[in-house]
Amino acid sequence: MTINILMPALSPTMTEGKLANWLKKEGEAVKAGDVIAEIETDKATMEVEAVDEGILGKILIPAGTDGVKVNELIAVLLEDGEDSSAIGAAPAAKPVTNGAAKVEATAAPVTAAPAGKITDNGARVFATPLARRIANDQGVTLQNVVGTGPNGRIIKIDVEAAMRNKSVAPVAAAPAAITASTPVSAPAVKGPDAKKLSDAYGMAYDLVPNSKMRQVIARRLSESKQTVPHFYLSLDCELDALLALRQDLNGRSPEGKGSYKLSVNDFIIKAVAASLIRVPAANSAYTDEAALFYKHADISVAVATPTGLITPIIKKAETKGLATISSEMKDLAVRARDGKLKPEEFQGGSFSISNLGMFGVKEFAAIINPPQACILAVGAGEQRAVVRKGALAIANVMTVTLSVDHRVVDGAVGAEFLAEFKKIVEDPIKLVL
Amino acid sequence: MSQQFDLLVIGGGPGGYVAAIRASQLGMKTALVEREHLGGVCLNWGCIPTKTLLRSSEIHHLLHHLDAFGLSADNIRFDLDKIVKRSRQVAGQLSGGIKHLLKKNKVTVFDGLGKLAGKGQVAVTKSDGATETLSAKHIILATGARARVMPHLKPDGKYIWTAREAMTPDVMPKKLLVIGSGAIGIEFASFYRNLGADVTVVEMVDRILPAEDEEISALARKAFEKQGFKIITGAKVDQLVPGPNTIEAHINQGDKIVKESFDRVVLAIGIVGNTENIGLEGTKVQVDRGHIVVDEYLRTAEPGVYALGDVVGAPWLAHKASHEGIICVEKIAGIKDVHPIKTSNIPGCTYCMPQIASVGLSEAKAKAAGYEIKVGRFPFMANGKAIALGEPEGLIKTIFDTKTGELLGAHMIGTEVTEMIQGYVIAKTLESTEKELMHTIFPHPTLSEMMHESVLDAYGQAIHF
Repeated sequence: MTINILMPALSPTMTEGKLANWLKKEGEAVKAGDVIAEIETDKATMEVEAVDEGILGKILIPAGTDGVKVNELIAVLLEDGEDSSAIGAAPAAKPVTNGAAKVEATAAPVTAAPAGKITDNGARVFATPLARRIANDQGVTLQNVVGTGPNGRIIKIDVEAAMRNKSVAPVAAAPAAITASTPVSAPAVKGPDAKKLSDAYGMAYDLVPNSKMRQVIARRLSESKQTVPHFYLSLDCELDALLALRQDLNGRSPEGKGSYKLSVNDFIIKAVAASLIRVPAANSAYTDEAALFYKHADISVAVATPTGLITPIIKKAETKGLATISSEMKDLAVRARDGKLKPEEFQGGSFSISNLGMFGVKEFAAIINPPQACILAVGAGEQRAVVRKGALAIANVMTVTLSVDHRVVDGAVGAEFLAEFKKIVEDPIKLVL
Repeated sequence: MSQQFDLLVIGGGPGGYVAAIRASQLGMKTALVEREHLGGVCLNWGCIPTKTLLRSSEIHHLLHHLDAFGLSADNIRFDLDKIVKRSRQVAGQLSGGIKHLLKKNKVTVFDGLGKLAGKGQVAVTKSDGATETLSAKHIILATGARARVMPHLKPDGKYIWTAREAMTPDVMPKKLLVIGSGAIGIEFASFYRNLGADVTVVEMVDRILPAEDEEISALARKAFEKQGFKIITGAKVDQLVPGPNTIEAHINQGDKIVKESFDRVVLAIGIVGNTENIGLEGTKVQVDRGHIVVDEYLRTAEPGVYALGDVVGAPWLAHKASHEGIICVEKIAGIKDVHPIKTSNIPGCTYCMPQIASVGLSEAKAKAAGYEIKVGRFPFMANGKAIALGEPEGLIKTIFDTKTGELLGAHMIGTEVTEMIQGYVIAKTLESTEKELMHTIFPHPTLSEMMHESVLDAYGQAIHF
């Protein structure tokens, strides 16, 4: 019997991915645990391990194919003594095996997604001609419609139901769609079409198709800015004590193994975590039914990569020392730039930090990273004139701006958090407590 | 200890036996209780025997028009007994077929009168009076319907007939009155007229075949009158007075009452559900105007009790009952993707000459429902095959929603249209728009080409007319 290798689900919400690379060729022997392929999802590249051993008989989805659905047959593995003639008979005949065993536990919610729900990557959406006509006329995206017809086909009443939902709850529907599935398409751009306009006026440009990451950034941030009521609080923090402590601690770093070099950002992560534990109301998320107050400070730290922005997470940062935070952050940042983060390493934070201080940016307001309630935008630490006891003095000062989801965090809570943060940054010895 | 079943059906008509077979296919231990003949009214006293009779009358009609085809025959006669006998033989043959199908599908059949007898219990009374109680988790009432009678319009078994007597005549009536111009009334009118009887049809509303599109009704009336039918619409029969070997009918036409004598009278004034003596008393099952009330999956208000087919109401059609049987059982079995029946996708056929077939909304109903519509028409006289067959009378009419291209309705009159309507039913079931129908290649030379042309005509693109 041949063994079917299916597109694995690398996270509970994954519905499809790009088959980036085949690491084994047809005809090559494969042992259990061998990495046979690389899958690229929204934000990460993951390795697919073989669970069974045999010979890679047939690759059905070529490398570089976009929009491969979870559980789609991607290759067939031949067992001992079989030749490729067994393939025609086999697919789907045998109980199927996912590419990687570790993923199986998370595959269930994905397969529960309605069949025939496909993306805009050219895969077929099953819908009746009438359903297509109405969807087209009414501007309903068939990809977002759940089909109730035979084999999940979209029929007229499904499109009509989708239209009704749209008109009843336009705002609520959008976030629901995102948590329920993982649409990859960016929201339709409203207003003038940049390409049409640029072409009309003969403007020169390079055209770079949107990567999956770019699409996700576009979709999530559009949605955040449009649906989350943001407000902003800014505060200046003096850094001199922190910089002195940093120098002191870095001076104590051992040589070789266990060495560390703490950055200002490492201190900020730790200070944010400590502040969140003291003001837990800021460590929260809003849902229609309830507010969630997280028990740990899982800090998402924005990292720029060649393809876009990603936010790896320092989990339970309140429990970690500065050296640990520093080394974890370095490792995460390197792997983020290589696109090698696992989904759980960049999904599921409770609070975000975005630091543009290294570019000399004095201050800025960040867009909230949903579903989190707050993001702290950190500007550059620089020498500024300050007034102390009625006299001018020079101090290292950093401006931070907290963007807040007003649905769950009120102004006073945000201010309380910032005040706590300032206290810690200006008197970092408190971190020891 | 009574016999236990997963599912028990009372009534072996096209609703009941189809439900039983499907249930058995799905692994349920299934029983069926039938009081008379398997196959129900459809097979024994409706669809099938009448089609057999109509075939004889159609051939008879053709024999009288042989000259047009370059043929001739002398001494054309018919033997009414033989015609009726053939009809009964065909019904008997098919009823035996149902028995075989049920056996093949391991459905246990009980001969007797089934009646609800407490929760999950059915009492079966056999013809010898013996009773047996059966238990079932799910009970489907598919008890059918019968001809409606009224105090002043009651069958007497001899001169005043319901459909049942009309399809087993002992003598050929010279002068026949048909009360009611629905499918049943018109089919009997057509049968007797084509065998030479003088036929009068009385209809209460202002047109015959009131369920059909107005334009089709009008064309049918014209065709029937050409064949010699006497049709009185907007009239009702106040009284049927028995005389010596005749019945005098008092036909109330509003402004006047005409008294006329007939040899025989056929009552075709509607259908009423068989809701009596099936043990509904003491259950939560609701009956409204002679029919059991069910939801879209054929569930009654009593848990575990379902009803389908004619006993739950219009349209009283065998294929509706059968489809309800499938839906009901699949829903019980927990199958996904079971959808309630869509009334607008149920075709209706009348086997008069010319035949009539339709599905979906009539032009008037589409307009009343607020649709902006496009209507296509194509006449038989512009179709090669129809002319070759010597059947140039008829029309195919299609109605589309201008906004979406949805096929809202199709209405046909003419030879063999009952065999063609399924094309439009499939189109509707698949939710085709005019585009798919236009892009479908219809074979030449066929009558079905008219179906294509009618669609094209709705969009001003008909080629052959």
